[in-house]
Amino acid sequence: MTRLPADAGLGFKPEHFADIRASRPDLGFFEVHAENYMGAGGAPHAMLAALRADYALSLHGVGLSIGGARGLDPAHLARLRALIERYQPESFSEHLAWSSHGADYLNDLLPLPYTPETLALVCDHVDQVQEALGVRMLLENPSTYVLFEQSTIPETEFLDEVARRTGCGLLLDVNNVFVSCVNHRTDPRAYLAAFPLAHVAEIHLGGHAEEELPSGPLLIDSHGAEVADPVWALYAEVIARTGPLPSLIEWDNDVPAFPVLLAEARRAQAILRAVGEGERTNAVA
Amino acid sequence: MPSHETFLSAFRSGIFGAGLPVGVTARNPDEAERRFAVYRNNVLHSLTEALAARFPVVARLVGAEFFAAMARVFAEAHPPESPMLFDWGGAFPGFLEEFPPVAGLPYLPDVARLERARGRAYHAADAEPLPPAALAEAAGRADRIALGLHPSVALITSGHAIHAIWAGNQPGVTPGPISDRPETVLVLRDRTLEVPVWRLGPGEAAFCAALLARRPLLAAAEAALTTDPQFAPQELLARLQRAGALISIEEDAQ
Amino acid sequence: MSILTKTLPLTASLAAALTLAAAQTAHADEAMEKCYGVAMAGQNDCAAGPGTTCAGTSTKDYQGNAWKFVPAGTCEGIETPMGMGSLEPIKM
Repeated sequence: MTRLPADAGLGFKPEHFADIRASRPDLGFFEVHAENYMGAGGAPHAMLAALRADYALSLHGVGLSIGGARGLDPAHLARLRALIERYQPESFSEHLAWSSHGADYLNDLLPLPYTPETLALVCDHVDQVQEALGVRMLLENPSTYVLFEQSTIPETEFLDEVARRTGCGLLLDVNNVFVSCVNHRTDPRAYLAAFPLAHVAEIHLGGHAEEELPSGPLLIDSHGAEVADPVWALYAEVIARTGPLPSLIEWDNDVPAFPVLLAEARRAQAILRAVGEGERTNAVA
Repeated sequence: MPSHETFLSAFRSGIFGAGLPVGVTARNPDEAERRFAVYRNNVLHSLTEALAARFPVVARLVGAEFFAAMARVFAEAHPPESPMLFDWGGAFPGFLEEFPPVAGLPYLPDVARLERARGRAYHAADAEPLPPAALAEAAGRADRIALGLHPSVALITSGHAIHAIWAGNQPGVTPGPISDRPETVLVLRDRTLEVPVWRLGPGEAAFCAALLARRPLLAAAEAALTTDPQFAPQELLARLQRAGALISIEEDAQ
Repeated sequence: MSILTKTLPLTASLAAALTLAAAQTAHADEAMEKCYGVAMAGQNDCAAGPGTTCAGTSTKDYQGNAWKFVPAGTCEGIETPMGMGSLEPIKM
């Protein structure tokens, strides 16, 4: 399920709706967080229907808790299925994370240890999602702040295994790679060298915040700023290897005026088009 | 090695103030506690923000610092039961009734009920307003028909000045002094998808309560006149129709 | 006044009210600009909060007898039978 155009897209924020309707910007797609459109009706659906009529749509879930220990919530799967049937999005994606343990929802993408047990569990959950929704999903790499003593499988290998066993695609969040690698004092280029890029069907780019710990910086995946320059550099390197991919700019906190967001998308488009033209030139040669 | 089930239980407890879960570490293990605090803060901060977005007037009434502290107590006692954050907070008015630090603000639970009704109205199901011809055609059968109201419509009766308090605490409004008094409001989503809050007189309140109970129009008007002999249905019915709040006509209503 | 003598004028008045309401709708139906109001949109996203900057603010700090906050918003302008907004910390 990777029918998004290999172009830049933006995370849709309701405060930008009027700007988008007035200017109809040249963008490949919009992405929305599925849970915000699970109400029965009203303005959210009116906006999404209008947006969907003009643009390709990526539905991005944040609440399925694929890394949870107690099974997926059938009611939530049913809500996702209803949304997919209603809006026919070009893509559905979720996170390698958990957010529910028991009846409650913790509203954060929490990390999980990578072990044979969790690998089997995540594969089982991804199978269930794809079965219930009738689509091939994309699974996104997380940003993390801690490590787990019990982890025995590298994250890149874990994601590769999930993709191989379930047939799902991957959503590569380049900012998450940078945040996690800086936080764990590892090399993001080594991580990306090990990443199973052949499975990647979408890229995420977002801004982060920086704090200081005794051992060095701690980056927070805040989605509240421009994409950082080192993340742009990593993105260009990835696209040079993969060719153009649907590439999303995420900005969720301190959301700026629409032109600021659009400028970020234009920067991604410039990188995508440079690579795309390079490929065409090579093909002609 | 703990099972995933055991580990997530420990992680969840750690979020709500228990110690660091066994196995959580960092390249420099001395930093594990501080790094784990990022998750603790993400959960509690994001839930506080979500609650403040749902109950902005309550937040303004008590102030941001007090609200944040109170939201954390609420989030631990009543965490969201589904990932749909827009629907979280149904237990908040009841929580406010029982929370000793706000006992001096007796209107607060009903203000929260009003804000809860607005959130529900914003996301309520869509329904086509009645075509004018259908309303005109039914004009002669007021004793037998009931008017179905839009799914967003909610009536909140309070012993407190919830409309004055709500209206006086909207963004950009500087609240003047407010004298507490009983008020009833109607919350609905209108044709423009806005969610206004109407203050109703006693007769109007009785009329709307009877409409919501699917009483015949005539019985609703009689109930309203019993409450308020001055009640006249014209203005309220016209207002409801302008807003798109009248969606169906039920024949043979009892 | 009997029920009948009260009901007949009321029925007539309701009929007039419905006819009037129907007539008003003609205006309401004219392309009303939709207001998509963003304040009550959903709050779900996949961003992180403010990092470790509020570290230590576990809920435990707000419980027991340690409640140290007083409402300090606009509630101070609302007069109730119990007086103006609560201004003293409350022992829980």
